[in-house]
Amino acid sequence: MECVFGLVGNDFAVVAADTSAVHSILVHKSNEDKIMILDSHKLIAASGESGDRVQFTEYIQKNVALYQFRNGIPLTTAAAANFTRGELATALRKNPYFVNILLAGYDKETGPSLYYIDYIATLHKVDKGAFGYGSYFSLAMMDRHYHSGMTVEEAIDLVDKCIMEIRSRLVVAPPNFVIKIVDKDGAREYAWRESVKDATVASA
Amino acid sequence: MARYDRAITVFSPDGHLFQVEYALEAVRKGNAAVGVRGTDNVVLGVEKKSAAKLQDSRSARKIVSLDDHVALACAGLKADARVLINRARIECQSHRLTVEDPVTVEYITRYIAGLQQKYTQSGGVRPFGLSTLIVGFDPYSGVPSLYQTDPSGTFSAWKAHATGRNSNSMREFLEKNYKETSGQETVKLAIRALLEVVESGGKTIEVAVMTKEHGLRQLEEAEIDAIVAEIEAEKVAAEVAKKAPAAPKET
Repeated sequence: MECVFGLVGNDFAVVAADTSAVHSILVHKSNEDKIMILDSHKLIAASGESGDRVQFTEYIQKNVALYQFRNGIPLTTAAAANFTRGELATALRKNPYFVNILLAGYDKETGPSLYYIDYIATLHKVDKGAFGYGSYFSLAMMDRHYHSGMTVEEAIDLVDKCIMEIRSRLVVAPPNFVIKIVDKDGAREYAWRESVKDATVASA
Repeated sequence: MARYDRAITVFSPDGHLFQVEYALEAVRKGNAAVGVRGTDNVVLGVEKKSAAKLQDSRSARKIVSLDDHVALACAGLKADARVLINRARIECQSHRLTVEDPVTVEYITRYIAGLQQKYTQSGGVRPFGLSTLIVGFDPYSGVPSLYQTDPSGTFSAWKAHATGRNSNSMREFLEKNYKETSGQETVKLAIRALLEVVESGGKTIEVAVMTKEHGLRQLEEAEIDAIVAEIEAEKVAAEVAKKAPAAPKET
């Protein structure tokens, strides 16, 4: 099951997502990047139906870019989150998107923020959030160790604790994770945590 | 039967589309705009009607970005321009969404020209009253391009071109003085063409440069003033050089 979680630090926000693409009992690939860079200072970590995930997040990304060209300035994180929620809400009673989203961003005026947006268009601004079966473990871990104003080292340490918990306690735990961070310098990949690499088979 | 062909876009007996021709008149009354293609950049320059003292000049930008790698300047009805620019911006993102690739400059030019043509062949509408200069870098070949569209919906690529007020004088100047340039030389050539028809100064012209690495960069007033001063100095030096050899002959 897909695991996505994230938290807000003193002047940054960090999100982590598993990187397995699964269909029934088959793992298609274990290096699928589910955290999209929405624009220079925003990240969307998405989980759920893979077709919907890609379709919806790309749609949001292009509309956010269009806004920037039309208006000369980028959307704030709050505005992007509300736009995303609005699109999910509009589609909900016709053709819902089965995508859960954690939207992390950094605004110059208001600092870092994290938004919890689930597939039935719930929107919450949160300090820490998680989706999937992994949330049972990562939320518990974050509730125990999180405090406001964490440094990057402390936050990554907490993320690693959550990943370890998921790996050891979840029955079909995803082996690999990607961690991305957003701060005043922008949104970027921070690290991968791989316990299974796609190894090439030696020839006979 | 005659005389209705002036009010809507249908053919006149001698094969003219009067509405399109009137739209071209509107373009000819619009502000001067020039585009010059260099080997590593493309420059757009536009005449700025003297800004009203109380107006915020930033809200009246005449050179706009359509995407990270494509920009547009126009001459003619600015309200019509807003509509076309908006449709073009949507198309740029829509193209990225459907084929996961940025548009080529030719693609978006063809789109804008196609839109302008549609309005010359539809019921109850008038053509767009503007010509556009579209510049950019092709995302794969990295080649700089300059295109022009007009109210009839035709488009073509140019090494250097001018439209709007006094475009004939600017085009003549460009034909006489164009050569392959790069970097600052291209900027100077564009400004020199504009200065043929506009009173000099950073307050009366708006210039932007598109490069592969940095996208579109609007030049500051001070920068433009400095380049204009350079051009004036070069002109003066050229005059002096012309007069000097003549003197010995007279004695």
